Amino acid sequence: MRLDVVLRVISKLFIPFILIFALYVQFHGHYSPGGGFQAGVIFAAAIVLYAIIFGLDAAQRVMPPRLVEFMVPLGVLIFAGTGVASMILGAAYLDYDPLLPYAVDGQYWGILLVEFGVLVTVTGAMIAIFYAFAARGRT
Amino acid sequence: MVLLTLIAVITIAVIRVHNLFAVVVLFSAYSFLMASVMLVLDAPDVALTEAAVGAGISTVLLLGALHLTRTSETPPRFSNWLPLVVAGGIGAMLIWGTWEMPGFGLADTPVNTGVGSAYLERSYPETHVPNVVTAVLASYRGYDTLGEVTVVFVAAIGVLMLLRRPGEKED
Repeated sequence: MRLDVVLRVISKLFIPFILIFALYVQFHGHYSPGGGFQAGVIFAAAIVLYAIIFGLDAAQRVMPPRLVEFMVPLGVLIFAGTGVASMILGAAYLDYDPLLPYAVDGQYWGILLVEFGVLVTVTGAMIAIFYAFAARGRT
Repeated sequence: MVLLTLIAVITIAVIRVHNLFAVVVLFSAYSFLMASVMLVLDAPDVALTEAAVGAGISTVLLLGALHLTRTSETPPRFSNWLPLVVAGGIGAMLIWGTWEMPGFGLADTPVNTGVGSAYLERSYPETHVPNVVTAVLASYRGYDTLGEVTVVFVAAIGVLMLLRRPGEKED
C-alpha cells in the first residue's frame, strides 16, 4: 500500500457515487438514456477501480470470484426465464403483455426484469474478465 | 468537424507511436471523442456505452493484457504494403458506398418513414416507457437483446477458459 494517498482518498469518495450512478442508469433507463448494458459496465468499472487502487484481494472480498462467475449465466437465465414465463402465461416468447393484469404494466415490468438480467450478466462478465487478467499477471 | 479532425489526428498518432502503453491511452482518448460525436448526433445511449466500454473497461483490460506482455511493439516481420493496400481498398469501397446514402436526418428516408415512426407512435401507448430506445431494445427487439446478452456470456466464458491455466485452483 505505497500508493498515492490522493488516489486512495478520491477513489474512496467516488466509488459510492459511481455505484449509485450505475443504479440510476439502470432503473431510470425507462426515462433517460441508459439500460442494463451501460449500467453493468459502470458498476463493473467501480469494482475495477476499487481493485486497481486497493488491490485485487480487497476487491475479491467485496465481489468474490465465485459470485461473479455465478452472475454471468444468472443474467441470461433471468432474461430467458422472463421469456419462458410469458410463454407459460400464454403469449409469445418475450411478449411481456400477460405478466401483469394490464398489458402496459406487463410491458413495463417485463422490460425492467429483462434489463436487470442484462445488468447481472454484463457486470459479472466484465468483472470476471478483469479478475482473470489481474490474477494472471500476479503470479 | 472538429471532433472528426481530432479523431483523425489520434488515428495517425496510434499508427506512428510504437509504445503500446501510449497507444492504449490514445485509444481511450479516441473512445471519448467518439462518444462526443455520438452525443452530437443525438444518440446519448450509444455515447454512454462508448464512454463506459470503450474508454473505461476496454482501456483497463488492454492495460491488463499489456501487463502480461511487453509494452513496445515488435518490428513487423513482413512488409506492410499488402495490409495497407487491403485496408485502403476497403476504406475506399466504404466511402464509395456512402455516396448513395440519403442526407443525414432527411424526413423521407426509409429510416424515418417505415418502422421508425411506427415505434415512435406506438411505444408509449403500448409500454408506458418514455425512452423509446429502451422500449425498442428490451421489448420490440427483445430477441436481439437476448442474443447480445448471450454473446457477452459466451465471450466471458471464452476469456475465462483462455486465461485460467489448466489445473489452477479456483479460490
